[in-house]
Amino acid sequence: MAETVALKLTAKDFKSDQEVRWCPGCGDYSILAAMQRFMPELGIPREKIVFVSGIGCSSRFPYYMNTYGMHSIHGRAPAIATGLSASRPDLNVWVVTGDGDALSIGGNHLIHALRRNVNLKILLFNNRIYGLTKGQYSPTSEIGKITKSTPTGSADTPFNPLSLALGAEATFVARTIDSDARHLQSVLRAAAEHQGSAFVEIYQNCNIFNDGAFDLIKDSDTRDQHLIRLEQGQPITVGNLNVVHPEGSFGLKVQEGGTPIIHDATVDDPAYAFALSRLSGSDLNTTPIGVFRNVQRPSYDEIVRKQVLDAQAQATGTPEEMLDQLLGSGDTWTII
Amino acid sequence: MAAPEKRVEKRVEQLDRVVIRFAGDSGDGMQLTGDRFTSETAQLGNDISTLPNFPAEIRAPAGTLPGVSSFQVHFADYDILTPGDAPDVLVAMNPAALKANVADLPAGADIIVNTDEFTRRNLTKVGYAVSPLEDGSLDGFAVHPVALTSLTVGALAESGVSKKDGERAKNMFALGLLSWMYSRPYESTLRFLERKFAKRPDLVTANKEAFRAGWNYGETTEAFSVRYEIKPAKMPAGTYRNITGNQALALGLVAAAVRSKLPLFLGAYPITPASDILHELSKHKRFGVTTMQAEDEIAAIGAALGASYGGALGVTTTSGPGVALKGETISLAIALELPLVVVDVQRAGPSTGMPTKTEQADLNMALFGRHGEAPLAVIAPKSPSDCFHAALEAARIALTYRTPVILLSDNYVANGSEPWLLPSVDELPDLRVSFAAAPNTPDGRFLPYLRDPETMARPWAVPGTPGLEHRIGGLEKADKTGDISYDPANHEFMVRTRQARIDAIPVPELDVEDPSEGARVLVLGWGSTYGPIGAACRALRQRGLTIAQAHLRHLSPLPANLGEVLAGYDKVVIPEMNLGQLAAVIRSRYLVDAVSFNQVSGLPFTAATLESMLEDVVKNG
Repeated sequence: MAETVALKLTAKDFKSDQEVRWCPGCGDYSILAAMQRFMPELGIPREKIVFVSGIGCSSRFPYYMNTYGMHSIHGRAPAIATGLSASRPDLNVWVVTGDGDALSIGGNHLIHALRRNVNLKILLFNNRIYGLTKGQYSPTSEIGKITKSTPTGSADTPFNPLSLALGAEATFVARTIDSDARHLQSVLRAAAEHQGSAFVEIYQNCNIFNDGAFDLIKDSDTRDQHLIRLEQGQPITVGNLNVVHPEGSFGLKVQEGGTPIIHDATVDDPAYAFALSRLSGSDLNTTPIGVFRNVQRPSYDEIVRKQVLDAQAQATGTPEEMLDQLLGSGDTWTII
Repeated sequence: MAAPEKRVEKRVEQLDRVVIRFAGDSGDGMQLTGDRFTSETAQLGNDISTLPNFPAEIRAPAGTLPGVSSFQVHFADYDILTPGDAPDVLVAMNPAALKANVADLPAGADIIVNTDEFTRRNLTKVGYAVSPLEDGSLDGFAVHPVALTSLTVGALAESGVSKKDGERAKNMFALGLLSWMYSRPYESTLRFLERKFAKRPDLVTANKEAFRAGWNYGETTEAFSVRYEIKPAKMPAGTYRNITGNQALALGLVAAAVRSKLPLFLGAYPITPASDILHELSKHKRFGVTTMQAEDEIAAIGAALGASYGGALGVTTTSGPGVALKGETISLAIALELPLVVVDVQRAGPSTGMPTKTEQADLNMALFGRHGEAPLAVIAPKSPSDCFHAALEAARIALTYRTPVILLSDNYVANGSEPWLLPSVDELPDLRVSFAAAPNTPDGRFLPYLRDPETMARPWAVPGTPGLEHRIGGLEKADKTGDISYDPANHEFMVRTRQARIDAIPVPELDVEDPSEGARVLVLGWGSTYGPIGAACRALRQRGLTIAQAHLRHLSPLPANLGEVLAGYDKVVIPEMNLGQLAAVIRSRYLVDAVSFNQVSGLPFTAATLESMLEDVVKNG
């Protein structure tokens, strides 16, 4: 990118002066590093970039980025970022959140930001556990999870974050993994290029309270049998198996033989991306990563902005003159 | 208007004031009728104060007591402070409206009843075994039975509208009759009908015809022998309009945007009785106003705070239940030290309470309803038109001192109306702000919590400003740098600083009104009780008693001279529509043994209630 050259930014420029205080070995470190390496590619000056987060381990993220940033309150980052983005279309706004922050306490704001298609890049660090409060189960923990708050196993069915986002009319939905820096950066790139809400689930290891949660799709011995890499225009396969659409079925199936379907994230009908999202459950047995859905729809910001600009274009007079008229509108009378 | 067929000689009487209450079923259009009568009265130059009273149910079962909706208008040839304690005239569109309101009438009051609705079925619905028009129970009143519905339908027989549409125009018949009785100018009502039914010319004709029929009915029948005139009030010169508190508040926010030269961002979730502010502001996009109907109260304030962070004037409007939900975000705004205006149009609580009834019971929540030491500024308008100036003042404090401000309106001022002397735009306060544009230390660093020594405000460094990239958040921050800090001494310093900077906001001194200059009793109020307290004080003074009145607009910080004022009286009386929330503050801060007088009925104080209570204090101590 030409602008990148002009700005001459490097990963180092995006490192703040704050000491990073995640636990040693936390997956958040690799996500932060990948983000700092990727940022110069955007070709956007640092002052135009804002990270907004909620509460949780992942939500410390803005402190470590040398951009503008706000570490807000639990679950509310999408709402705060909506106000910022809608009133400042010149900014590049990212939301960093976790599975508890986005899917429990902030579930309402997440789904409404997605349905509005606010111009936000929402990164959900999913470690399937509450880390900052020391190890309670989260809304993405597998059913039966034994934790401090569920000594006999959790009774809750987990959310599938991508299915939820698709149900909320998201226009861009992707998944990636903390340990795969190249894949992570490629997904961040695609998200950054998307106009409107981009929702990215990042599987992230909490080595203290839920270590190894994603080993099945990370370890070189098992990965190839369980990890599905979605690539635009390519057949969807895993190991020797194909992802097919059985006749008369609503969903997709992983099986030997058959014709693998060709991945197309731009399919307008969200049923396709939804079917892809259902290939993996808590067991991670066949887990797609990559961009599931990438379609265009006008963003909330654009529509709202246009309404204001249109009204201003039709207005005549200075704001003071218009105010004078407005105050004196309706039935008035004069006393001499 | 066409001349009526025959003329009956009518006596004309001069009055100095009248209180009329229009009452009917929720679907009878009483609010609209009252609004129009008010507008006609404003044109004439009377002083006015109005009070709508309606149920929360949009359409309660027809003809029932819970379905009664009313609109009271008080107008006079002198300046008045309240919508009036008791109606001189009741227009009752059905038995329910009569039953719900008759107890408020003084002996001799006029009652105009729509006899068509006094059917066996309607009477039974509200528990009348015998019609009150026939059993002598209204003997102490001047009852005017009028077959409003059938007269309206009859007048519209030739107009071609359906019988149903004809019946629905009966409120215009009533308005025409009352407009005749009180010699109101009606041109604005005819113009209004043309605008309102622009898409239905048949309804324009029908409603105008119904209005004329009502007017002519007064002029020609012998049922009404007297016509009244109320001379214009002597009011300061200038152009006026009649305005409700919610309208004035919305216009005040628009004015704040214009005078600050900032975009206005309103995040709001629909809630009674605050939604009208959202409706009004959504019409004013040309002033750079963005309104967002958020998914909930928390998102509404979150979005407003996000917009403030980006350099807009962030506002959220709600009622008590919404403020409860917004508490955590208000605390964040306090920690971030960003401007934010939170409007609470109070209603009767707790919980859902009575959404369309008034109360002042959110003062404690505004002052103290957050976790941690979380001080902010609180102000309250005293009348409908004062909401305009209170909104500007809230914006001024928020922008200058970078703090959330809670504006405590209530249902009484929000939906009540009064004439408003239009201000000159040039004379409104200049609210321009300067954003931080450059580093603020000699060595070229930017410290986001380095304060302005005068305002104690931190720099407003909006995203997009090169070189000032910084991070803020809800974690405790180190003084000056804004870095995360768990240092005990720093926390102590920051907590005390946040309090000190609110305490240091300069607010106008408290004025005391005491024409005698020798009163020993002070009545202290805040917010919407100004009207009834003022009217009660006037009445007492007219009777030769002395009393001093002071009214608080700023509840946080309190005026610097308040302690001194309180100390100057033998007795301080504090009437509030709560159980003594301001009184508790005054007692604890100033060690003054204030008399707390409370009413929590969902209705405003009447002047008479306060007059008798204050008389007792003045005479007996």
